[in-house]
Formats: sequence, C-alpha cells, structure tokens
Amino acid sequence: MTFSPDLEARFEKLVASYPEGRTRSAVIPMLMYAQDELGAVTPELVAEVAKRCKVPPIQVEEVIGYYSMLHRKPQGKYHVQVCTNISCLLVGGEELYHHASKKLGIGHKQTTADGIFSLEEVECMGACSWAPAVEINYDFHHHVTAEKLDVLLDSLKKPQ
Amino acid sequence: MMTATPTEVTTVTLSINGQSVTAPAGTLLIEVCKKLGAEVPAFCYYEGFSLQAACRMCLVEIEKFPKLQASCTIPVSEGMVVRTESPAVVAARKDMLEFLLSNHPLDCPVCDKGGECELQDMTFRYGAGESRFTEIKVHTPEKQWSPVVFYDAPRCILCYRCVRVCDEGLGVGALGIQYRGVGAEIIPNMGDHLNCDECGACIDICPVGALTSGAYRYKTRPWEMNHVGTVCTHCSNGCKTTLGVRTDEIIRGNNRDHSGINGEFLCGKGRYAFDFNKHEDRLTSPLIRKDGQLVEVSWSEALKAVATKFSETQAAGGSFGVIGGVHSTNEENYFLQKFARQGLKTANIDHQRTGDVPALLDALSGKSDVLATTDDLYNTAAALVIGSDLAQQHPFLAYQLRANGRHHNARVYTVTPGKVREADYAAASLIYGSTAELFAKLDELRDRLKAEPELVILFSDAVKGADVAKLVAYGDSLGIKVKYVALVDYSNSRGALDMGLLPTLGPGYHAAPVSGLAAPDMLAAGLDVLWVMGADPGKGNAKFTVVQDMFLTPTAAAADIVLPSASAYEKSGTVTNVCGQVQKLKPAVRTMGTKPDLEIMGLIAREMGLNLGIWTHDHVLTEIRSSVAGYNVPLPVIQTGGAAQAQPVNGRVPLDGRPELVQSAQDTLFTSGTLGRYSKALTSVIEYPGKLYSDNQ
Repeated sequence: MTFSPDLEARFEKLVASYPEGRTRSAVIPMLMYAQDELGAVTPELVAEVAKRCKVPPIQVEEVIGYYSMLHRKPQGKYHVQVCTNISCLLVGGEELYHHASKKLGIGHKQTTADGIFSLEEVECMGACSWAPAVEINYDFHHHVTAEKLDVLLDSLKKPQ
Repeated sequence: MMTATPTEVTTVTLSINGQSVTAPAGTLLIEVCKKLGAEVPAFCYYEGFSLQAACRMCLVEIEKFPKLQASCTIPVSEGMVVRTESPAVVAARKDMLEFLLSNHPLDCPVCDKGGECELQDMTFRYGAGESRFTEIKVHTPEKQWSPVVFYDAPRCILCYRCVRVCDEGLGVGALGIQYRGVGAEIIPNMGDHLNCDECGACIDICPVGALTSGAYRYKTRPWEMNHVGTVCTHCSNGCKTTLGVRTDEIIRGNNRDHSGINGEFLCGKGRYAFDFNKHEDRLTSPLIRKDGQLVEVSWSEALKAVATKFSETQAAGGSFGVIGGVHSTNEENYFLQKFARQGLKTANIDHQRTGDVPALLDALSGKSDVLATTDDLYNTAAALVIGSDLAQQHPFLAYQLRANGRHHNARVYTVTPGKVREADYAAASLIYGSTAELFAKLDELRDRLKAEPELVILFSDAVKGADVAKLVAYGDSLGIKVKYVALVDYSNSRGALDMGLLPTLGPGYHAAPVSGLAAPDMLAAGLDVLWVMGADPGKGNAKFTVVQDMFLTPTAAAADIVLPSASAYEKSGTVTNVCGQVQKLKPAVRTMGTKPDLEIMGLIAREMGLNLGIWTHDHVLTEIRSSVAGYNVPLPVIQTGGAAQAQPVNGRVPLDGRPELVQSAQDTLFTSGTLGRYSKALTSVIEYPGKLYSDNQ
C-alpha cells in the first residue's frame, strides 16, 4: 500500500523519530494521518501500519478499538463532535448534542445521506474552560449555543 | 522480569511485616514478599512477563509513601518499611475485589475454574462476597475461537496475562484487547477466531475462568480428578504434563504446579493431544492372521503363537529383524535389544533415527560438560540454531531461548533453510539454500560468535555424519565454551539411541559384537521373522511379522500377529529427552486389553523359556543404571519427578561402516508422527497440518 508523496515523506520521518525497537510509538500518528487521507481506517491500512511499525496487526486493532477518533467507516466531510462530559454537560452540552442530532437528522456515529455531516457524542476534549465545546474536524468552537451551532452548520452546508 | 540486571549486585535491607530482609537492589517488592512467605495477591503480575499494574490487587503499605503502592512495580530500596496485611491494605484489596466483581458473573458452581480460581480464592480470603453495585451486570455471550480455545468475556478481569504470554512468551501475539472501560474484551487475531500455535498457554495462565479449554470445559471439577504428573509422549522436548484423570479417563493436560523442566510451558500436544489414548481405533485385543484375515484372539493364544514362532525359527536357524520404538521407554528399548541380541541371537536391530547423536558423542569424545540441558538454553549467553524451525519442531526449546532473550538479553543466531519465528528477536538469522551452503553461512557468523562468552549449538538432521565432526571443529575454533544439542524428533528418540537400538552400536554406544542390518535392509531382506515394537516402518518382505502397537498402523495391518500395547500415559518407565534428561513416566489410566510393551516382551520370553532377567521396569532400570554408560542417574531426582541428565560415553564411538540413515520426520506443531493422526485435538484445528518455515509473525 502506498500513500501520497507528502504522507510517505511524513511516515518516513515518523518511523525514524523513535529509537530502534520502539517504532510502535508511530502507530497512532500514522493511523491519524492516513485516516485523513483515506477517509477511514481500512483493513489494508491496519496491515500496512502494522508492517511499517513492526507490530502484530492485532496491536494496531487494539489502538483503533481504544481511540474513538479512529474510524473504520468513512465520516462525513464535516465530522461534528459534541462534548457531553461533565463541564460541557453542566452548561448545556447534552442539549447541544440533541439539537445537532435533530437538526442533522442523524444520531451518534451516523452520517447524513449526502455525506456532508457526521455526528459524534465525544468525551472530554480538554476545552472545559470554554464549555460547551464542539469540534468540527480539527477546528474547535467554544461557548457554543444552539443558535451559534445552527449558523455554523448552515455556513458549512453551503457549497464553497 | 523486566528490571535491568545491575552489573554489580548491591543488596538492600528492608522490613516487611516487621521482619528484616535483604534482597538485591532492583528486585520487585512483590517477589521479595513472596520469598519471605508474605504472599501478596496479584492477578496481572506474572513472574517473567512485562509489568502491567492493572489489577491493583498487590497494593501494600510502605512507610513515607502517601498512598498504598502496587508492589508488582516497586523495586525494593534501602530502609523500606512495608506492611502487606495491615487493615488499610486488607480494606483496599476488598474494595478492588468489589470492583473486579462488579461485572464478573457469580457462576462459580458451573465455571471450569471453580476450585482453582485465583479470584475465587481472593474473594474468600478477603470476604468480599457482597457488593454495593446495584447495576445490571454487563453480559456478552461466550465465544469459541478455535476447537480448543473458548472465551467468556464477562468472566474476564482484563489482567492481560494471556495477551502477554502469547506475545512475549510464545512470540505469536495472537491476542489483543478491543475497546476500553466496561466494553473492553480480549480479541483473537483473526477477528472471530484464532490462527496461532493453539498451545493453550492463555487458558493455563488465566487467573479466572474467562479462557477455557475445548478439551476440558464443563466436563468435571478440578477436585474430582486425580492429577498425575508424567512426561508428554509427543516430541523430544520431554515436557512434564499433569494429566487430570477421572474414572480412568484423561480429561485434561496441563502443568498445574509448574514443576518439571518446562515450568508453565506446554504446547498443544502436551495440553490436548492426550486424546489419542481413547481414540476409537485403539487396539484392545491381540490379533492373529487366520485365512488372510486378522482376527481377535486371547492374549494367551497370541503370546503362545509368537513364542512358538520365535522358538521354531530360532531352532531352524532362521533370521530375525527387530525394530524398536521412539515413544517406548528406555526400559522397553533396553529389554528389546537384550531380547534380540541375547535371546534371539540376532544383530538386526534398529529404530527410526531422526538426529545424529552418535556422531556428536564421537566428535565430543574427551570433552566434558558439553551437552546442554533445557536449563542451559535459558541461561546461556548465546545460542545457535541450525536447520530447525525450532518454534514448531521443538516448541519448549524455542520457548526457553525466547525467555532467555527476554530476561537475559541472550543472543540467538539462526541458520535455517527458511524463515523462522526466532528471526523476530535473533541477533542474526541466516537462510541457506542447500546443506552445502550451510557451513558457508556458519563462516559468516564466525567472528560474531567468537565475541560471545559462551554458546549452545542446536542442530537438526541437516548436520549429520562427517558434518557433525566438522561442526564440532567449528565450535572448537570459536575459542569459547560451547555446548551442543543434537535435535531428535520424538519423546524417546534419544533414549532409543542411548539404549542401543542400532545395528552397529549396543547400549551406551559401545560397538555391538556383531553388526546387523539397518531397518530398510531388514524390510528388504526377506527375513523369517520381523518384530516391530511401537514403530511403523512399512510392510517389508519378511515371511512373518509381529507388531506391538496401539493402533493398526499400515505395518500392523499387514502383520501376522498384532499385540495391543499400552500408551506412555498407561505405564511406568523412564524416557530421555532431546537434551539427554531422563524423566519418569507415571501411569495415569489403563486401557482394557492392552499391556505395556515391557510386559509383552517379558511374557513372550517366559513362553519361550528364555531367561532375560526380571522384566519389571524398576529392575530393568537398575540394570540400565549399572550397565549403560552415563545412565547412572540419581534415583531420588527422577523418582520425585525431576530430570537428570544422562552423560553417555566419553570415548570414541565406533561409527565406521554404519549406515547413517538419519532423517527427521519434519513434524510441525500439529503433527506427531503416527501418534498425531489419532489426536482429534491436533487434527481439528484450522492450522493442521501446518508448514515448517512459513512463519509470518
């Protein structure tokens, strides 16, 4: 399996940045970067990462099972992640999640029919000071209200 | 243990429960407590594997530490004051158990592990029977991963022992963990099933009943069985296997007390492949060919017929050929060659030769302490494996080397005809195309091996005949201490050689007074009588064939008289493993109608009126100890289930004019010569029959 030249270069640098015999440290970043390029973690990717990091494939599976930001199915173009852990919950995180769910017409870990949005109820993402927080792809949005979320989602939905 | 071994061992003094102890610095606290007798419970900690600190059961109180500490990850230090059973510790353990039991089903009355479960024991010890959790327990259905491995996720306490033993111990890495928190569970490498060694180490190491064995599950309770410690009768490694027996049936094989040379190790053969013993094809009555058909007859009729045939042939000056077994005991093989040489006055005696031990002993003449034991493989600084897919053909030896690499950073070098599992941690792994190329590859390693402080060389039938002397010369040229292991295939292949089942060599590798025919020549020589004990050399052109075997092998099916013999799990006697270590068999069960080979031979001798001495195994062992070179092994050691290395001969072994005929059967992890075919456990796994040099780990 080969990736884009940029990603190949990145992987090369990654694998070389860990000491001999510790290349398994590269499993998570490798999966994350490859997921961004491929859209999802595929079985071929698991085998490839295992090979490049010199670990049994099952250890890559363990990582995918553990980290919720690694997806086996392709996500929407915009992956909307709403935190409902304690800090966000206290200031309306749960209501926000239900609002998004209703607005997009999809539930936890589901994707809209047009493939533009996917929704996920996530655990704490370390943005408690600015709760409630929403992360869309890699962008954080702070002090989100239902109204702000509507505006945000509508702006994303427009063809750009 | 993962702790680094300091070059200079310093000791520290600490106090445990008011008792002062000294221990080497860096030792884990839990180990020091154990040595002192202050047992600290632990589920995830397992000596010899990486540290996990997941179960929190081993918490102890250490003065000046603000909180209780996990003793499995704390190295001892000077002046430590430790309490292992203080009220705070006991309360903490009780709480940990409550957590562990929050989703654990209370199905002890039907669980396989009930009665020998570490979680059950701890719950009783700390009285943690009640729970404050009122939530419904998470339940998932039981899963079958292979014919021999089942997983019941709710019982799992996620100690990771199975994951570590598979990855670190075996080098297979077939198990992992999926998801996290309450949803976490162990997963097999193929998604819903396993593709692995099927060794069952995961089942054995499981502290609870989460992993259960296909052979044993739901059949009995541990306390209803008799536990008979004997020696596995498959490959030559000679692992101790403890057979769980109930009502004359073997239900389980494991090494429950971790005694014996193999500690916690057993492969699938030792753990499951005892089932050949009750295979429906087992012969239970003597057979005599009448009108072209083998028909069942009584023992007395069969023995009389054999004796009459032997006596008549002898009186008429007829020719005999005798082929012995590689699973038979030393006593049986010794008695067989004695019967042949002294009773039948024939020199035609042989067995299936799988490794060139005589050539090694000859090449090593004059040297002492040059034969490695299984312990040496764990302690040597370096090892060289030649021509063997060790993980498949000699799983215990491979396990020892891997453990040595893990614990002592031993360097392992392999020179093999294909890729082997050892390559994943070997210092160098070379592949040769032809046997001629083998020594060229060894030359490539010469300088690196010279830099090693010591070396154990393990070689298969790829090195035989004159090459063995060449290999020993190579070992000498390194200028370091070198020990050797000549790899052989079966449980008593080594013993058959030592006992003199060879046409040119008698017991202890002394020249036989007269040289006889080797097995293939016997089959072709049109002998008057061919007598085969526990072997399947094929149908020859002998005029009359007598076979002693457990099954109707092709040889037995073509024989004139077949005598049903007892298996190694049904008799006493000693066997010698690949490293020359002598161990004692213990009978676990009996199969109606069969007799041990030694008894069969004794009865034939009696019928013939031959005096070959008393034919009980103890008497024959006494004779072996006093007459076979190197077999004066200490009786107390082997009587108590230990292993004592036989040191055969130290002089030249006469090899001139011998037919070499050394050929390994190349069994895999899932085949075991004629015996393996009758083990449903071995033949039912998807990996069967397996392939050597195909390791893709």
